[in-house]
Amino acid sequence: MGIARYWREIPQRYNLIGTKCGSCGRVYFPPKAICPVCRRKSIGKMEEYKLKGTGTVETYTIIYTPPPHFEGEEPYAIALIKMDEGCYLMGEIVDCDFEDIHIGMKVEACFRRIEEDGTRGAIQYGYKFKKAE
Amino acid sequence: MEKVGIVGYGAYVPRYRIKAEEIARVWGKNGKSISAGLGVYEKSVPSMDEDTATISVEAARRAIKFSGVDPTEIGAVYVGSESHPYAVKPTATIVGEAIGATPDMTAADYEFACKAGTAAIQTCMGLVKSDMIKYGMAIGADVSQAAPGDALEYAASAGGAAYIIGKDNIIAEINETVSYTTDTPDFWRREGEPYPGHGERFTGEPAYFKQVLSATKKLMDKMGTKPSDYDYVVFHQPNGKFPMRAAKRLGFSKEQVEEGLLCPIIGNTYSGSTMIGLSAVLDVAKPGDRILATSYGSGAGSDSFDITVTDKIEGYPRNNIRKMIENKVYVDYALYMKYRGEFK
Ligand SMILES: [Zn+2]
Repeated sequence: MGIARYWREIPQRYNLIGTKCGSCGRVYFPPKAICPVCRRKSIGKMEEYKLKGTGTVETYTIIYTPPPHFEGEEPYAIALIKMDEGCYLMGEIVDCDFEDIHIGMKVEACFRRIEEDGTRGAIQYGYKFKKAE
Repeated sequence: MEKVGIVGYGAYVPRYRIKAEEIARVWGKNGKSISAGLGVYEKSVPSMDEDTATISVEAARRAIKFSGVDPTEIGAVYVGSESHPYAVKPTATIVGEAIGATPDMTAADYEFACKAGTAAIQTCMGLVKSDMIKYGMAIGADVSQAAPGDALEYAASAGGAAYIIGKDNIIAEINETVSYTTDTPDFWRREGEPYPGHGERFTGEPAYFKQVLSATKKLMDKMGTKPSDYDYVVFHQPNGKFPMRAAKRLGFSKEQVEEGLLCPIIGNTYSGSTMIGLSAVLDVAKPGDRILATSYGSGAGSDSFDITVTDKIEGYPRNNIRKMIENKVYVDYALYMKYRGEFK
């Protein structure tokens, strides 16, 4: 990922800042400019919203053949998480034995290294998930 | 004089551990005698995606969550470490952003071997006392590195703690702090070098003991106190033996040291060492308890603190660092090297 995009996305990557529709109350992550349900009614009513960071594993998979950027980190678990606010997001599950990961497991966001651009480039940080404390 | 002290704290230690015996096995040494000699049985190992920035953020977020401090009221963030992820690009900016304290704050990274975090506490105390800021956050964190096979490898570990310093809702008042600093080349790392060098046996007497004992005595002289006036004492923990020996020489008992002594089970977390140890004491302390804490940084210097726990500690959700430490998974030497990125 380019450094400019990473920088723009820091609020969402570090702090799970999404948007909440002022018309229907739905929460979106990543942030949306318009609510796809309310459409024109939501214009000017989309507000920044910080997700609590807690959610539930809806489904997950263990990656043994990662994309080039993540080679050497396999195996790792990627899950689809339903956040407590109702939106879904994908994230890695860390600090959890694979046999303990299950659908319905409560998780919470933590702060980790996501990737780095070699030894000379920038380091990108962001959210991953671990079993709720 | 208005009171200044600890408003919140949080500590973090990675989940992986390697036993000293496992390291000794690889290098053909007697693990049991090394463990007994150093007083270190296992040490924490950071995951591949953890570094000083992530550990600092985890500790800082716990301090914010437990204290209920509004992060926008934090006017300074200082991160003390000797393993900042960047040579140029402050860890404190990453932490400030990740806790929601930016942009109305000052920030910097500190370096003073293992005592950079306590130097950050002193800076925050000064800024708070002079009303330049309402709250300051001081962090000590490290993912320390030792050359494979080096004696330091048995202890060099990872972890950190964050302290919010302020005047309101103090859970532990800092009555006084003093420092003792000299130019002592006991341990160093040159720019661009991956591993530190050290003066072997020279690291003990003229380095660690000289600074730790001098700073602690100076503090007690200034306060007019004696060892028995304190309920707990925390010293920097490069191994499990040095803090015990320092305590004995100063007249403290084993019992006063034990609660804050984590090196035997997590290793030497460098800049995290004294600060995580203090957090373990705060986790169990009662109102009125008096704590003495003295850090040590190679190079060399010590910062010593006289602390009194207040009634407010009872409403503070105790993080219980010892519980976090118990949730561990052992790795073998090969996996440990992989996590350290030695095979890249
Ligand atoms: Zn809507």
